Amino acid sequence: MARSYHKVVVANRGAVAARVLRALSEMGIRSVAVYSDADRHAPWLEWSSEAHHIGSAPARDSYLNQDTLIALLKQTGADGVHPGYGFLAENAAFARRVTDTGAVFIGPAARWIEDMGHKTRARALAKEYGLPVGVGTDVLPSEPAGILAAARKVGFPLIVKPAGGGGGIGMLVARSETELLAAFDKAASLAQRSFSNSDVYLERLVDRPRHVELQIVADNFGTCRHLFERDCSVQRRHQKVIEEAPGPGIMREVIGGLADDIAGKLGSAGYNNIGTVEMLMDADGSFSFLEMNTRLQVEHGITEEVTGVDIVKTQVRLAADEKLAEVLPQDTKIDGHAIEARVYAEDPRRFFPSPGKLEVFRPPVAAGVRVETGYCEGLDVTPHYDPLLAKVIVQRGTREKAIDDLIEALGAFEVRGVKSNIPALVTILGSDQFRAGAVHTGLIGELIK
Amino acid sequence: MAECEAKSEVTGSVWKIVTEVGQQVEAGDTIMIIESMKMEIPVVAEESGTIKAFLVKEETPVTEGQVVAVLES
Repeated sequence: MARSYHKVVVANRGAVAARVLRALSEMGIRSVAVYSDADRHAPWLEWSSEAHHIGSAPARDSYLNQDTLIALLKQTGADGVHPGYGFLAENAAFARRVTDTGAVFIGPAARWIEDMGHKTRARALAKEYGLPVGVGTDVLPSEPAGILAAARKVGFPLIVKPAGGGGGIGMLVARSETELLAAFDKAASLAQRSFSNSDVYLERLVDRPRHVELQIVADNFGTCRHLFERDCSVQRRHQKVIEEAPGPGIMREVIGGLADDIAGKLGSAGYNNIGTVEMLMDADGSFSFLEMNTRLQVEHGITEEVTGVDIVKTQVRLAADEKLAEVLPQDTKIDGHAIEARVYAEDPRRFFPSPGKLEVFRPPVAAGVRVETGYCEGLDVTPHYDPLLAKVIVQRGTREKAIDDLIEALGAFEVRGVKSNIPALVTILGSDQFRAGAVHTGLIGELIK
Repeated sequence: MAECEAKSEVTGSVWKIVTEVGQQVEAGDTIMIIESMKMEIPVVAEESGTIKAFLVKEETPVTEGQVVAVLES
């Protein structure tokens, strides 16, 4: 029997809080928004049934404060928590604390969050489930002979990665054994100081890879499907900037077969709610597992635009024990092409953060242009949170038309008071390489110097 | 002995100091990491040298262009 919600806490801020609150409002579910000192005047608070102050601006004192959020959950009599993405969305302990109160955590089971959170453990699990996993090692030993023996199995060039952290910190490329031993010391020391965990491992370096990911949707009863792929190759500092669905130039039969296979395997393993399987696509067209995100993805909107499925509402319903067959249409198809550009408060050349006051903030208003934002004119963009100002999404019949109309929409987006990456987005979208679909993770480095 | 300053390129706060006073660093090595808008932006040594002093501590707020460490080369 599916449960129904009385009230849901949205434990997040900004564009994703706005997105989830809107979905809840459309579903007729009462909502509780939370805000820090910095977000007192945020526009998304108006979408909620009630809004509560939870602390000062630094995230650890507000959006990451589990005690406050759990107390609020009890105090408001809410029976569901949507974590959004970032903050506590992939914190297994928080998910457990929510379910321990008897409320629904709108996301996968805590064990999945835990298993996919550690990189080498996730790789081992992916291998166990029969997913394609790239060549790599387990956590490296500390003595040179052991490191070199592991490296010889992977082959050069390779990349040294911290196992317990992310964000590109401590990731170093090594092209020879001498370089590797130096890189190991640096990466392990940086990992220890940054994540209090000096574990590092090796992966084969893929030249000019593409980043392709699958949207997974699963119910609590072992049924799992996918909503096709997204290409998120255009990145700076290992963070996504432009995403599109479907992936340009990927043969439907290849990706379709792989996606069906992966969804089937995750279903048998009991994966539930939504998730994203991130993969690297090599120049030869082969795919390898990178990691799995056990939450709503920032770029979920492009999948919604091409499939017509509301992923947030789907997620809310699946968490309440509805069956996939009741939630998703029998047959989902890709309609046209959707592209998302992330407008960040950062300079358009070196992509350094640019906090400040939004003196002018006028997102484009045009038919078929979707803007997701948590900001409005006059608000401060503080250094405490991520630099995302808005996501601009365009869906059209063809990729060419989507590119043209997204460039036009971005051109009409007025931002003053902080630097924005809009000029860089326009350069990338208008480049011959992007138009040809020749995307890869190093494209921004080639186009913007 | 020439002195050279290491500056933060962003407004934010010092997340982690990953070197020590007296430590030898090479050009391009990360001296400390500044956190701003959930991004970790390294302060890197422009030339090889020895760390002479830090002008900030972990969690100190910094502004764009602020000198955070002095190196001797």
